[in-house]
Amino acid sequence: MTQGPQPQGGPLPLADRLPAFLFPRLSPIALVGLFIALILVGFLIYPVLQVIAVAFQNPTTGALTLENFGDFFNSSLFRQSFFNSFYVSALSVVLATVIALPLAYITTRFNFSGSILIQSLGFIPLIMPPFVGAVAMQLIFGRNGTINLLLRDHLGITIPFMEGLNGVILVQSIHYFPFILINLSASLRNIDRSMEEAAQNLGAHGLRLFRRIVFPLATPGYIAGAALVFIKVFDDLGTPLLLNVNNMLAPQAYLRITSVGLNDPMGYVISVILVAFSILSLWASFLVMRGKDYATVQKGGGGLAKRDLALREKILAYGVVLFILLIVLSPHIGLLLLSFGTIWSFAPLPDGYTLANYVRMWEGSQQYVMNTLLYAGIAATLDVIIGTAIAYIVLRTGIAGRKWLDYMATAALAVPGVVLGIGYLRTFQNVDVPLVGKPLASWWVIIAIALMIRRLPYALRACMAALQQVSLALEEAAESLGAGKFRTIRRIVVPLMAGGILAGFVTSFATAAVELSATIMLVSNDRDSPLAYGIYLFMQTPSGRGAGAALGVLAVVIVALGTVLSQIIIERDKKLRTAGRA
Amino acid sequence: MRKILKGTAAAFVLTSTASMAWAEGSVVVVTSFPDDMTSVIEAAFEAAHPEYDLEILNRSTSSGVRYVQEIAANNTADIFWASAPDAFEVLKSNHLLAQAGISTEGIPDMIGAYPINDPDGYYYGFAASGYGIMWNTRYLDANGLEPAREWSDLARPEYFGHVGMSSPSRSGTTHLTVETVLQGEGWEAGWSEWKWIAGNFASVTERSFGVPDGVNTGNFGLGIVIDFFGFSSRASGFPVDFAYPTVTALVPANVGVIENAPNPEGARAFVEFLLSPAGQETLFDPAIMRLPVNPAAYEAAPEGLPNPFEDTSIGAEVLFDVDTSGARYYVVSSLFDVLITYRLDDLRAAVRAVQLAEERHADGSNAEAAALIAEARALIDAMPITEEQSLDPAFSGAFTATRRAASDQVEQRQAELEQQWDAFATQNYARARELADRAAAM
Repeated sequence: MTQGPQPQGGPLPLADRLPAFLFPRLSPIALVGLFIALILVGFLIYPVLQVIAVAFQNPTTGALTLENFGDFFNSSLFRQSFFNSFYVSALSVVLATVIALPLAYITTRFNFSGSILIQSLGFIPLIMPPFVGAVAMQLIFGRNGTINLLLRDHLGITIPFMEGLNGVILVQSIHYFPFILINLSASLRNIDRSMEEAAQNLGAHGLRLFRRIVFPLATPGYIAGAALVFIKVFDDLGTPLLLNVNNMLAPQAYLRITSVGLNDPMGYVISVILVAFSILSLWASFLVMRGKDYATVQKGGGGLAKRDLALREKILAYGVVLFILLIVLSPHIGLLLLSFGTIWSFAPLPDGYTLANYVRMWEGSQQYVMNTLLYAGIAATLDVIIGTAIAYIVLRTGIAGRKWLDYMATAALAVPGVVLGIGYLRTFQNVDVPLVGKPLASWWVIIAIALMIRRLPYALRACMAALQQVSLALEEAAESLGAGKFRTIRRIVVPLMAGGILAGFVTSFATAAVELSATIMLVSNDRDSPLAYGIYLFMQTPSGRGAGAALGVLAVVIVALGTVLSQIIIERDKKLRTAGRA
Repeated sequence: MRKILKGTAAAFVLTSTASMAWAEGSVVVVTSFPDDMTSVIEAAFEAAHPEYDLEILNRSTSSGVRYVQEIAANNTADIFWASAPDAFEVLKSNHLLAQAGISTEGIPDMIGAYPINDPDGYYYGFAASGYGIMWNTRYLDANGLEPAREWSDLARPEYFGHVGMSSPSRSGTTHLTVETVLQGEGWEAGWSEWKWIAGNFASVTERSFGVPDGVNTGNFGLGIVIDFFGFSSRASGFPVDFAYPTVTALVPANVGVIENAPNPEGARAFVEFLLSPAGQETLFDPAIMRLPVNPAAYEAAPEGLPNPFEDTSIGAEVLFDVDTSGARYYVVSSLFDVLITYRLDDLRAAVRAVQLAEERHADGSNAEAAALIAEARALIDAMPITEEQSLDPAFSGAFTATRRAASDQVEQRQAELEQQWDAFATQNYARARELADRAAAM
C-alpha cells in the first residue's frame, strides 16, 4: 500500500543504506510522510501560491502591498457578495439538513425495506455532471419550467424557485445533501445501543429521546457533513454561474480572473479570501467537535435498535421518502427527458421522443468515457493510497508535524478548481516531461493529478473514519506475534479498513468523473478530454443539447452502477464480518 | 490493491506510448467555436490536406485568451480561432500572434464598415456576423407579445422581464453589440438605451451561448445574440426566429497563427484553406450558417441567408470605429458590469417603477408627476463618466495596468473607480425608484 520509497528486495530498509550525515535517520513511515508532504506541496500549495501571490502585489509596480485587500473591504459590491455567499451557504446547510435528516433517520432507525436503495439513490445527486444539472433544473423548476407552466395554466400562479439566490440554494442543497446523509447515517449507525436503552429505561422516548440523546450522539457526523456542505457551497462556482447569479464571491473571483485581457488583482484577492474563509470554517467545525468525542469504547451492540413500523407510520414514512427522492432526483428526471426528447421549448414536456440523441452521443464519445474511467480511476486509487497513509500517520504515529499532512490535504477543499487549473498552467508549462516531449501542464497525467488533489479530502475523511474504528489492540496483537509495521498495515489494518477505503474510493471516483472546473483549464487536446468536457462541448450548441444530456445520463449510469456495486460489497463484507465474529 | 496498481501502471505505459506516436502534422487549434461548426470544417480540411491532423481545443473566448497567454512560455498551440476581433487585439498587443503573410486575394478590404483583415497582417477575417434580436415564438404567443425589431423596441414596458443578454466582459461578441449602439447613437443616448433595455432583462448570462440557450428553452422570450446562433437554432428545429435591427454592425470572425507555433506550415495551410472558396463554402452548413467574406462564395449560398456585399442595408448605418472601441475597451466592459450586471436588481426595480408611473400618468395631464418622472429618468440615464474620460488613455490605464514599468503610474486603481461608480449607480437607482413611486401614488 504505502510503499513510496521502499527497499527493492534488499534486506535493509532504504534509510539504513544511506549515509546518516546526509540523511537523518527517518523511519520508513516518516519517509512516506515526507514523500506525501512533497506531493502536496508540489501539486497543491506551490501552484496555488503562484496564483494568489498576485493578490499581494501592486498591479503596476509589482511591489508587495496590502492595498488590494483594502479595496476589497471598501467595495460595497464585494461586501454584499460576501454576505450573499454566506447567506446561501448557511441556508443550503439548513435545506440540505431538512432533506437528509428524515432519510437518515428512517433508514437507520426503522426496519425499512429498501434502505440500501435509498442510501445509494441518496448518493446520486453528487454525480450530477456540471452544465446539465442547472439546465435540467431550469427546465423543471425555472420560471417557465414544467412546474411553473402547469401552475400557471391551472392555478394562475408561479413560484420563483429558481430566481436569484433561491435557485442557488435549491440546486446546491439538492446537490450536496448526500454529504450530510452519508456522515449522519454513519454516525447514527455507530451509536451505542446501550445509551438508547439507558435513556428509555429512564423514561425518555419519541422526540425527546431523539432530541436529547440520539441527535447529540450523532453530532460529530452531522457537523462533519454540514461543514463540508457549507464549504463546498461557499466555494462553488459552477451553480451560481449557470444560474447567472453574479453577486457572490466565487463567481466574482472567476469573472475577474477570466475576463479578456484584464489583469485585475481583485479576482485573486477574492480567491485568497475564499481559501482563508474555508479554512476558518473547517477550523471552527473542528473546534465545535473537540471535546465532543462520543466514541464509545465498550460496545453494547452496533447501532440503534431498529423497530418495526405500524401500517400508518409505514405509509407516512414511504410518503416522506418518496417525496424527498422525487425532489432530489428531479434534475436526473429532467436530464433523462431531455436526452430522449426532440425539441423542448416553453412546454411542460418535450415535443416528441427519439433515440437520435443517444446515437449521436455514442458516435463521438467513447474516447471521453475511456479517458474519464482512466483519470478518475487513477485519481481515486492514488487518493485512497495517500488517504490511508495520512490517516495512519496522523492517528497511529507520533511523527512531528503529522497534523499538517491532514491540514494540507484538507485545504484542497478550499481551493477553487479554476485557481488550481491556472496554478498548474503557471507552474508546469515550463516543465518538460522526459520521453513524452511535452510540457507537464499539457500532458494528460496532469488532469489525473488535478483530480486526485481535488478529491483527496473526500477519500481522506473516509479513511480517517475507517481507521478510527479499527481497534489498536488488533495491531498490537499482530506486532507481538512478530509482524513488522508494514506487514501489520498490509495484513491487518488495510483489510479491516476495506469498507471505508472503498467508500472513499467511490466518493472520489464518482465526483472526479464529473468534475469540470479544473480540468477545463488543463485539457490540451481533444483526445485527452474527459467526459465532463465532452458534455460541455455538446451543450455549447443548440442542436447538441439532447446529445449532451445523453452523455450526462451515461455518466450518471456508469458512476451509479459503480456505487451500487460497492455498496453491495460493503454490505456483504459487513455481514461476513459479523458472521465471523458471532 | 497491488493488482490495481499494476493495471494502472500498464494503462500508463500504453497511453504514453500512444501519445508519443501522435501524428507528425498535427495542428492544434484553440477556438471558441462550437463542435457543430469545427467538426464540419475539420472534416473538410483533413479531406483537402490528408497530411495534417487538426486538434481542436474548445475554450470560451476569454479563457482561450488566458490559455494562450499562460502557455506562451512553452507554446503548444498553432492557431487561435474565434469571433471577437478584440480578443485578437489583446493577443496581438501581447506579441502572441505571428504575421503569417497569407494572400487575401479576392477578399474585399471591408465588410459593411468594418475592415476584414488586421491591417498589420496578424489575423484574418474568414466569416462575417451581425448582431440582432432572437425570439421564441411560442413564448411570445403565450405572453401575447410581438417580436421586437429595433433595439429601442426592447426598452418598451411590455417586454419587462422577457429579455436576455450576455455581458461585454464575458463575451467579445456582446462587447461589439454594446459598442455598436454606443457609436451609432452616441455615448449618452447609447448608455441610456442600454439601461432601459437592461431594466427589462430576465438575466445577464455568463456565457454568450447562455442567451440563445435561454431563448431556445423558453426561459426568457427575446435575446440579444449574434446572427448564427439564431440561424443555427432555427435550423435545429427550435421555435425561434431572428432579425437584424437597423443599428448593427457586421464584423468578421477571425483566425490567426500563434507566435512560435510548433507547426507553422500546418497553421498556414489551415488559414489558407479557410479563406479558399472550398473553405468558405463550408460556412453554409446548416449547423454553421455564417456569412462568407469572399463574395464569390455567395453563388452557392442557401436561400434566406443575406448577402451583405449586395444587400448594403445590413450594418450600413454605423461606421464602426475600431480605434474608439479599442481605446475604451475595458472601461465599457467594466461600466456595463458595475452599472448593469452587478446592480441588475436595483436597476430593474427603478425601471419598473418608472414604467408603472408612466402607465399611471399616460395622458400627461399631471405636471407634477411628469416632472418627477422626468427627474427619475434623468437619474437612471446619468453616467458617472463622460465620453472624453472614457477615451482618455490616462483614465483607461487603470484598467489595463499590467506590470510593465514602475514609471507608468496610473492615478487610480480599477477597484477604487468601480467602487465610486457602484455607489453612484445604487444611489441614483434608489432615488429614481423613490421619485417614480411618489409620482405613481399621485
